[in-house]
Amino acid sequence: MHTMVEITTAKPPLPDGLVAIVKEDCPTCVLVAPVLADLADRASMTTITQDNAAFPQVADWVVHDHDLTYSWFHDIDTVPTLLRVVDGEPTERLEGWKRDDWEAFTGVNGLGVDLPDWRPGCGSLSVDPNRTDELAVRFSGSTMSSRRVEIAALEDEWEALYDRDWSDGLPVVPPIEARVLRMLEGTTRAPDEVVAVVPPDLADVTIEKIAINAVMAGCKPDYLPVVIAAVEAICTDDFNMHGVLATTMDVGPIIIVNGPITREIGMNSGGNVLGQGNRANATIGRAVQLVVRNVGGGRPGGVDRSAHGSPHKIGLAFAEDEVGSPWTSLAESRGFDEDQSTVTVWCGGGPQVFVDQLSRTPESLTKHFANSLKTNLAPKMAMMETLLVIGPEHMSRYREAGWDRARFLAELDSNLQLDTDDLIRGADGIDEGLPEAFAGNTIGKFWPGGIHVVHAGGATGLFSMAFSGWVPPPKGSVCTTKEITR
Amino acid sequence: MTTVLDPTSESRPEQRGLVPRPESLDGLTIGLLDISKPRGDVFLDRVEEKLAGLGASVTRYMKPTFTKPAPVDLRHEIATSCDAVIEALAD
Repeated sequence: MHTMVEITTAKPPLPDGLVAIVKEDCPTCVLVAPVLADLADRASMTTITQDNAAFPQVADWVVHDHDLTYSWFHDIDTVPTLLRVVDGEPTERLEGWKRDDWEAFTGVNGLGVDLPDWRPGCGSLSVDPNRTDELAVRFSGSTMSSRRVEIAALEDEWEALYDRDWSDGLPVVPPIEARVLRMLEGTTRAPDEVVAVVPPDLADVTIEKIAINAVMAGCKPDYLPVVIAAVEAICTDDFNMHGVLATTMDVGPIIIVNGPITREIGMNSGGNVLGQGNRANATIGRAVQLVVRNVGGGRPGGVDRSAHGSPHKIGLAFAEDEVGSPWTSLAESRGFDEDQSTVTVWCGGGPQVFVDQLSRTPESLTKHFANSLKTNLAPKMAMMETLLVIGPEHMSRYREAGWDRARFLAELDSNLQLDTDDLIRGADGIDEGLPEAFAGNTIGKFWPGGIHVVHAGGATGLFSMAFSGWVPPPKGSVCTTKEITR
Repeated sequence: MTTVLDPTSESRPEQRGLVPRPESLDGLTIGLLDISKPRGDVFLDRVEEKLAGLGASVTRYMKPTFTKPAPVDLRHEIATSCDAVIEALAD
């Protein structure tokens, strides 16, 4: 622990000439201690010690790197490291102990004649995994511009975050500087880059603010690029996050992730894909919703006027099972390549399961699917929009028969042309319905292009899922895809 | 003591006060904004009738879609040509 010491946050110049960096907690450094004294005597070498100020001895040629500023700013990875320093900057360096190399480096012969010829060095204290976060905050924390909020010692830090109204109801991870810095390692983008303007307050959101909310949601740094792309996508005029929030319907953003990043960060596209249990799935969607809440100011009871909400408004993100699918992916169907990683955001309400355990042909399954979808939102509603999540066992019917995505969509749509006489107001004794003027015609249950399809779910189970939508484009929300960049 | 980073926009929404309530509607211009929900016009027709009886003149406006905030030009037009506005939600 460093107590009551002056903290330096600027790069300190090293003493000119030869310099050795060591720590006592390194057997090789202890081994070469006599050599350090010898070189102080014969070559005016300075030794900088990382841990014990009295190691290798108390002397005027020994300097204590008490806060590790020398080691941090001069990128010391290994001890012992020998440096040749000119004008405060190292011009050459040598790591570990090897007599021949040390003699060549220092120009002094007969070093440590009793010692073994060679010993590897140890890790520098400045790269100790238990310390790097603390050091990163000390030396790089000033790169973050967010207001610092102090939580008193007697305050429970988890309760304190609830008290400030920063939580969606579940505990949030306290966004201390070390965690936010670590989160920012997940992207190459600058912390102060403004990514989007977040409704409803129309507040600028920076990479740093997204990182803070990603920490709170429980994300790993690897997930950050996905969260950033999703925030960009929902904050477009097309997606219309203001309306998605303000509506009295149950909807919220649903985030579908495609491409190699889903495998790299371990997103779930298989069993329980829409449920709990996978950290990436659970926290990416939550981080996006926390950005809307905390940065955008969108809270239930405020601009969020949903009558019922939906469990997935806590956050919903999942991956498509592309590897196991015979079809082009959702992202490919939207003009992206299979090697691109993307997020697609779609505004939807709660999902409904579709059960068919007996259909053996794609014709039967599709017709049954269509019958089920006729009740999507309400049986009398037409020209709507939906997201279908087709399970692998249902998909196998299409694979075996050689149906592709286009064929499926065409067949499904042809089974979803509704007789408007059944849909007008008053029909079937139900007041709700289309205006009378629509009578005597047919109309699509979904608008052309209003059926979005992904392949995901567990290997076993003859089920698929269908989400209901919201006000279709262009008046409501437009399904939006963004490429994920690191 | 723990120090955390503020996750919010760090800006309170600007507080904008309401204009004083008019003593009377006589001679005032009242804007009626239809947000494009079904049957909003039915409701507003009745409101217009009532306002006319109180001596107000009424100007009708309509948002292009109920899902989005009113376009800034429309808001400006209402603000510059009306003394008060009534916005209707209907279904």
